[in-house]
Amino acid sequence: MISLKNLNVYVSGKQILKNINFDFEKGKVYALMGPNGSGKSTLANILMGHPSYEIKSGRIFFEGEDITDLPVEKRSQKGIFLSFQQPLSLSGVNVFQLLRLALSGKKDPLALKKEIDTLAKKLKIKKELIERSLNDGASGGEKKKMEVLQAAVLEPKFLIFDEVDTGVDVDALKKIASFIADFKKGRTILVITHYNRILRYLRPDKVLVIIDGEIKKVGDHQLAEEIEKEGYEKES
Amino acid sequence: MDDLTFDYRYGFRVKENYVFKSRKGLDRKLVAEISYLKKEPKWMTKLRLEAYDNFVKKEMPSWGADLSAINFDDIYYYIKPTEKPASSWKDLPEEIKETYDKIGVPQAERDFLAGVSAQYESEVVYKSIKKELRRQGVIFLDMDSGLREYPEIVKEYLGKIVPSSDNKFAALNTAVWSGGSFLYVPKGVKVSLPLQAYFRINAEAFGQFERTLIIAEEGSYVHYIEGCTAPVYTTSSLHAAVVEIFVKKGARVRYTTVQNWSNNVYNLVTKRAKVEEQGVMEWVDCNIGSYITMKYPSCVLSGKGARGEVLSIAYASKNQHQDAGAKMIHLAPNTSSRIISKSIAKGGGRTSYRGLVYVSPMAKGSKVYVSCDALLMDEISRSDTYPTMKIKNKDVEVQHEATVEKIGEEKLFYLQSRGIKKGEAEGLLVNGFIEPVTKEIPLEYTVELNRLINLEMSGSVG
Repeated sequence: MISLKNLNVYVSGKQILKNINFDFEKGKVYALMGPNGSGKSTLANILMGHPSYEIKSGRIFFEGEDITDLPVEKRSQKGIFLSFQQPLSLSGVNVFQLLRLALSGKKDPLALKKEIDTLAKKLKIKKELIERSLNDGASGGEKKKMEVLQAAVLEPKFLIFDEVDTGVDVDALKKIASFIADFKKGRTILVITHYNRILRYLRPDKVLVIIDGEIKKVGDHQLAEEIEKEGYEKES
Repeated sequence: MDDLTFDYRYGFRVKENYVFKSRKGLDRKLVAEISYLKKEPKWMTKLRLEAYDNFVKKEMPSWGADLSAINFDDIYYYIKPTEKPASSWKDLPEEIKETYDKIGVPQAERDFLAGVSAQYESEVVYKSIKKELRRQGVIFLDMDSGLREYPEIVKEYLGKIVPSSDNKFAALNTAVWSGGSFLYVPKGVKVSLPLQAYFRINAEAFGQFERTLIIAEEGSYVHYIEGCTAPVYTTSSLHAAVVEIFVKKGARVRYTTVQNWSNNVYNLVTKRAKVEEQGVMEWVDCNIGSYITMKYPSCVLSGKGARGEVLSIAYASKNQHQDAGAKMIHLAPNTSSRIISKSIAKGGGRTSYRGLVYVSPMAKGSKVYVSCDALLMDEISRSDTYPTMKIKNKDVEVQHEATVEKIGEEKLFYLQSRGIKKGEAEGLLVNGFIEPVTKEIPLEYTVELNRLINLEMSGSVG
């Protein structure tokens, strides 16, 4: 699905990711864990093509195609989706306007509106939040739910959830996790998290541990439990 | 010289076919001649001549945008066409037509823009509107006809809120005005449909020096709309208009402008309303086009409890300077004013907000709200804010907010990560930014304006 080959990534001259090699297989669920500042979000951002990150060497392949230099929107159109760690507020733009433009006519506006309303109901997002400017006055949990809603509408192939469980209460977490579990069918999912809590719902096929910009360990979901108990010290 | 072209605001490069065309430049004799040709009453001739003297005396305003390149001797001040210009869609410059297609200008408006309004389908609609207006006693004419048919009303009001001594361009307009709208709404009449200049067909309607006068009698309501989102192409370089509005006790007037002059035009307009007790004046002012615009719609709140509002949008791209703002003059107790200004600068364009709020010692219990937000699309564009507040009594509530923000890279990344191209993402953000103003204008204008912004952002127009 996605292959990372010898990736070396810099931000403002400082190396963040060091020689990353990894293959994400189709239909699998991955968890990415690691201490703060270890490079987890950097990995998410370079997969999406954030302009502030510089890939000094290495390549990224998506379904066999080199996408290292592909613009952000093209990656999205190919099926990569990033759920933001800190979803932004957009004044004067609601989620319908955003998605209508994102789909650029692929769905009928009325059908899209209905789909959004149905999803909002299922996710328990308040109706006024759907109509208001995106994330305007929304709580942490509501913002994350709004990311999940967008993922559901856009139907991507490769989904990255960057700390979708942070700042979220138990009920919201259950909702979000059950949606992500539904995404599993045939799709590839990468969940970046500090906590095992969400992973208990999702049962990742593989857990990656990244420390100081390097993938230090790859295991199954047992690894996540170990980390929760003992921290990262043992792994580094 | 058969192939000379003249400037007809919406008529584009219309073949010249005239009975009278003034020489370039202006003097007293020409002013008198214009008045004579229009068969005007003596008092109007006198008013024009006084105005001319004021025009000569007045200094060029030096406090705002750079006007030093205007050459008053290189301008035609009066052209009288023999009949309606017979132009058509196919005479329009290609790039203008293309823009119309892209922003989806309705057919009626296209025909109007192409100067073929007389034939357009909605003439039937227009006639029924006209009938309804007549039944209500509403007078809606071009200014020249207004003067001919209702000289006593025009004499009572014209020049009373914007005297020719006000500023150089108001003086110029008063001296040489032609066209514009004359609108009179009788006591208690509420006009349900927004009135647009293009309902007023068969008129020597528009020009560089149009003059508009609106009188809303006690308890009446009217919404007047001028302009259009489609770019208006003209070869003339100066548009100096004056708009005067009288809002009587308990009346309400909304005046919406959507201005998209081509980028060679100096757009220097004086707009002012006098608002009496419990009256409401709302200016909605969108400036997209022109080379330089200087425009500060004003409300003189002269009666108790009068309310004034200016909602404005200014967009400046390469080689454009939008120097726009508002003036609120509180002269009576419990008056309130609200100014919301949104400006966007891109590609080296410059926007300035220039505002004045004056609250007199008399205006106790008044409320003032000013909010001006500027959005910069890149490093080379510029935005300035020049707010002035003169508050002369202590019993006043004042709120003032001003922000300047750069279009955020993170916001763009967020939208792009959803599959939206950068230009489209910028369009979406800009339209979101101006939404507090666009939600106040009629939907079809909002739709066109949003499309226009999208085109500007994706760089396929301009």
